[in-house]
Amino acid sequence: MSLALHCRTIASVLFMFAVMAAPVNNPDHGFCRDCLTFQRGESRRCQRCGSPRLARHRELYRLHLAHIDCDAFYAAIEKRDNPALKDKPLIIGGGKRGVVSTACYIARIRGVRSAMPMFKALEACPEAVVIPPNMEKYVRVGREVRAMMQALTPLVEPLSIDEAFLDLAGTERLHGLPPAVVLARFALAVEKEIGITVSAGLSYCKFLAKIASDFRKPRGFSVIGEAEAVGFLATQPVTMIWGVGKAFNATLERDGIRTIGQLQTMERGDLMRRYGVMGDRLYRLSRGEDVRRVDPDQDAKSVSAETTFDTDIASLDELVAVLRGLSEKVSARLKKSGIAGRTVVLKLKTQDFKLRTRNRQLGDPTRLADRIFQTGVELLRRETDGTKFRLLGIGVSDLSDDDKADPPDLVDVKSRKRAMAEGAIDALRDKFGRKAVETGYTFGRGRDAHPPEPLED
Amino acid sequence: MRVILERSNLLKSLNHVHRVVERRNTIPILSNVLLSAEGASLEMKATDLDLEVTEATPAKVERGGATTVPAHLLYDIVRKLSDGAEVMLKTDEDGNAMTVTSGRSSFRLQCLPQSDFPELSAGSFSHIFRLDSVALKGLIEKTQFAISTEETRYYLNGIYLHTHEVGGKLKLRSVATDGHRLARAEIDAPAGSEGMPGIIIPRKTVSELQKLVDDPDVAVTTELSDTKIRFTIGSVVLTSKLIDGTFPDYQRVIPTGNDKKLILDRQSFAAAVDRVSTISSERGRAVKLSISEGQVTLAVNNPDSGSATEELAADYSSDPIEIGFNAKYLLDVAAQLTGTEAKFMLADAGSPTLIHDMADETALYVLMPMRV
Repeated sequence: MSLALHCRTIASVLFMFAVMAAPVNNPDHGFCRDCLTFQRGESRRCQRCGSPRLARHRELYRLHLAHIDCDAFYAAIEKRDNPALKDKPLIIGGGKRGVVSTACYIARIRGVRSAMPMFKALEACPEAVVIPPNMEKYVRVGREVRAMMQALTPLVEPLSIDEAFLDLAGTERLHGLPPAVVLARFALAVEKEIGITVSAGLSYCKFLAKIASDFRKPRGFSVIGEAEAVGFLATQPVTMIWGVGKAFNATLERDGIRTIGQLQTMERGDLMRRYGVMGDRLYRLSRGEDVRRVDPDQDAKSVSAETTFDTDIASLDELVAVLRGLSEKVSARLKKSGIAGRTVVLKLKTQDFKLRTRNRQLGDPTRLADRIFQTGVELLRRETDGTKFRLLGIGVSDLSDDDKADPPDLVDVKSRKRAMAEGAIDALRDKFGRKAVETGYTFGRGRDAHPPEPLED
Repeated sequence: MRVILERSNLLKSLNHVHRVVERRNTIPILSNVLLSAEGASLEMKATDLDLEVTEATPAKVERGGATTVPAHLLYDIVRKLSDGAEVMLKTDEDGNAMTVTSGRSSFRLQCLPQSDFPELSAGSFSHIFRLDSVALKGLIEKTQFAISTEETRYYLNGIYLHTHEVGGKLKLRSVATDGHRLARAEIDAPAGSEGMPGIIIPRKTVSELQKLVDDPDVAVTTELSDTKIRFTIGSVVLTSKLIDGTFPDYQRVIPTGNDKKLILDRQSFAAAVDRVSTISSERGRAVKLSISEGQVTLAVNNPDSGSATEELAADYSSDPIEIGFNAKYLLDVAAQLTGTEAKFMLADAGSPTLIHDMADETALYVLMPMRV
């Protein structure tokens, strides 16, 4: 009896939850992105705080797919950590190579863009402050931001260190607020707690959410609803579609297609005949049809490490030293994640920016620096013909669990010994630090050939 | 060229020859078979630049000559012609096309000039000996399954054929290994093989050779040098490059101190391994053998689907041991054994295990255990 009563109490509590819909006003009036107050009217400023940053959209409270992108991520972090830089144009990048990795918005106004050679950037903006990137720090901050996203919804799909898709469907009851407000609140929280700004895009699909977040950077908040999607896309260039890069754009241009609107008038069969699978994508995305879901466990397909040299290298000896360091890095990551890879991939970029990748499939998956390195050296040896390289990378793909990795081999007795030596090196490094032991390949070499940095959790 | 021959003769020879031709070729001439008519026979030749097969078959040559046509195409045509028919092959005046005529069917095939056809220069051979096909077949079949497919260790991608002295008698041995298992077979060394270099015969050559030695009554003439080998099997001549590498010192791999002897009924063991391995969805899962006095328990555990066990009576009296093997490797070995019983010589769960064929003392298998 008492049990039944108890059950009924729980049921009624659940029932209360179910009907307790989030408080929502007229979406055309929207809410203030600075004080989160729901507005009652169409005044251009917030009735409470006077901010002009109002979020208004007919579908504002119905949309739940978001894309969040940090604004000038590396530069923002450096400015946060050194307020003296706040009002100065700041460029992250450099080394002797000098390519802009990130430019702050002040520098961007002056025409500095990412991937621009440093000398050009400084021509455009001579008074810019240049800081070399501190990846470790950025990774740390990126993880903090991601943790905050994961507090909103379990459906977070990271795209890179500073951007991710979030599906907030069904979180309304948890937060007591519609996704749009949750996003705005999140953006404010990131500014307050982490000290950098983000831009958010809200839509009904990934494709448009990503476009939206890019729309009013920095500190942006854009909404693209279902009703306006086709009309909005019609005027946009085809390059806005995912997968349309330089080469494909040229193909389309040759066929006279420049805007998404042109694609909207074409038949699916026609597009597929012309462009194959890509034609199908063009057909769907041009009409704002995108059913891809937010997948939080995008499994890694490969593990790799690469480095760009300060000066181009042609000599095998020097490349081998770097390769050893990179192989150890890859191996350390594999060991840490309990995975192994069966295909070793060597990547080289020549002085004139031509990319060379070489693959070699192994008999069994490996996680050992030694096997990755030995295979890599063999591939590298065939490429060193006097060509100067600016970049070297090594990685493994074809990933699997490590339970079948590196089985003892009947014939290759030496590799077994080297595997045991590697185990011993790992143990020593665990105990005495990463510089406790290293192989002759990397010992005494420069920055590029160092044994790997300890991994963060 | 204008020749008339029996469809069955043509088909038989083409069947031997066309297999060498790769389905996809970047060099067009390699897709073709070279046909040369001379005297009273038609000779067919195909190559992939590493391996060349030639066969001559009786034909009525009305006009001698030579040309090349797509090998798979010609084979498919001849295969579909009616049995017992006569086939006429005739090239055009200008040599650009060849007509295949049989009964009321007629086909025109585009030709490439025979002068473009690559020659696998065999050079001179240092050793020559004869083997009966049964012996050669044995050397191949007992070891072929263990050939590696791993590109990194290209020198394991074939069968290592060499002579070895056992108790004052010279033996001809074949060995193959992929690092996980090793197979060794031997026969008495034939006259002429003394002092031959140890050679590695590539996998494709081995498999072609195996198909060609099906006829038990044929003697096979083997000629070899450091870089090439040639087998003459009846009317078929197979010439192949050898793998340029050093086969590892396999003797070192064969354990000598394994003291735990396990004897099993071969057929029931193979059937039991096959049964329990049903549960392992992917290949490469381990079968665990728990061996104690008079008994072996086979177990497979697949976290995704379930587990299986089977008990088997065995002749065993050493200390109990647990050891895991790749199920497929056990089945491969079991399929090669000929006697009613199989003998395992074990050391411990981490060391190579030796498997003997009770009916053929010369054949020997080594298996590397898996972690279980």
